[in-house]
Amino acid sequence: MAGDPPMEAARYADGTISYPAHPAGPDGSSQVELIDLAEHTAEVVTWTTSYATPPGVRKPNTVAIVEFDIDGVAVRAIGGTTAAVSSGETVRPVYISQLRTPDDSLKSPEAQAWDGYRFEPIR
Amino acid sequence: MDDVAIVGAAMTPFGQRDGEWVRDLLYEAASGCLADADVSPAALDHLYVSNMASGELEGQAGIMNCVTHDLGALPAYAQRVDQTSASGGAGIYAAWQSIASGASELTLLVGGEKMTHRTTGDATDVIAAITHPAEYKHGVTLPTFAGLTARQYLERFDAPREALAEIAVKNHANGARNPNAQFRKPVDIETVLSSPMVADPLRLYDFCPITDGSAALLFCPAAEADQYASEYVTVSGIAGATDTHVVHERPDPTVMNAVSDSGAMALEMAGLSVSDIDIAELHDMFTILELLQMEALGFAEQGTAWEQVMDGQTAIDGRLPINTSGGLKSKGHPLGASGVAQAVELVEQLRGTAGERQVSVDRGLACNVGGFGNCVTTTVLEAI
Repeated sequence: MAGDPPMEAARYADGTISYPAHPAGPDGSSQVELIDLAEHTAEVVTWTTSYATPPGVRKPNTVAIVEFDIDGVAVRAIGGTTAAVSSGETVRPVYISQLRTPDDSLKSPEAQAWDGYRFEPIR
Repeated sequence: MDDVAIVGAAMTPFGQRDGEWVRDLLYEAASGCLADADVSPAALDHLYVSNMASGELEGQAGIMNCVTHDLGALPAYAQRVDQTSASGGAGIYAAWQSIASGASELTLLVGGEKMTHRTTGDATDVIAAITHPAEYKHGVTLPTFAGLTARQYLERFDAPREALAEIAVKNHANGARNPNAQFRKPVDIETVLSSPMVADPLRLYDFCPITDGSAALLFCPAAEADQYASEYVTVSGIAGATDTHVVHERPDPTVMNAVSDSGAMALEMAGLSVSDIDIAELHDMFTILELLQMEALGFAEQGTAWEQVMDGQTAIDGRLPINTSGGLKSKGHPLGASGVAQAVELVEQLRGTAGERQVSVDRGLACNVGGFGNCVTTTVLEAI
């Protein structure tokens, strides 16, 4: 939605795209463009539902690997889902302001971002 | 470059070791290993400690200094080796390098971890902390990756769910013959398939346990091995490789590239092909990983390893026994110790001292995996 932070992927000089963005691409190639994946739909590659989750994580936690097609380049991402999904299903990113409880995790709350995108099936 | 021999091996019983902490466990395995070769700690030049998370799990940092002092091995050069759950394999690489380079004439490697005092959730989070922030914030854990990959493998290759259960059954049967294994109770397929769901489609018995334990190996130049042991093995091949930190960026999650790369390099160094290997210890932290490593190492074509498992070819009396120790699945997985313990099993098999688990073998391969294939060391050992 307008106003939500971008789901930021990076395109590199060699033409590849990664999510998340890295400082450098394969073989050290430099970033040439940032791409907002939130504007695109994706296809579920595989999924699982975890029933033994760490502190601060929803239980159960359904997570999927999805694949975007950005101008013919495949870009994969991982994230929780908003509902049950199946392999091959089309999903869209939905912004979530807090994906897990930072204070309950091992990592320092300030050490990383805790917001992001889950995937919602389009039916 | 000197040829390198392993002249001593020992491990503690794996399991829940109440009242014993990581330095106790490391001391037990290290002193047992020195006794195995009848070597004084004062003779050590180098000492490597494979350990992933003693600081995070127990609050004990600087563990290499603890062990060296506790053993009475001062002033040996000491170094902690952390490569997550591949710390043991990385420790073998470091110990091998120390001897092969001529920097050390006698090197002790000891790996260990104390985990069972933490809850499953806390221990899982310590291990999950190796993931990229983009994965971690979604609550992704190593079992999550296993579930994601197992689903894709089963769907894509039309493999039966029972094949994964057969791996658990096989490794529990082997572990039942190992006095140092955490679980010494055979299980049947029905038990595996009816156990609680952990990461769909994988269930409780598809996962290794949380474990306390330690294992150790003693290395020297092969030319000097006779003075320490009449029965010893040589490290004929060893190599490591790294795959993406972000697991979902791999084009094919069912392909373990770092396993392929390290395995090919280790076999090339040994001058062997995969068909020359008689026995293997693979990193079965999850049942699916045993299949993926078999395929990445070349024991099977992609998508077919499950057929060998179902045929019994990887059983202890099969064509290629895999995880005669019980594997991580049954023997247990004290992170930093696991890669070392894989080699301890191969040393025992190659020396003919594996007891009820003994098979007739001349060459063994160990594959130790960190993360979900992120960091890998493959080692080839041969009997003399």
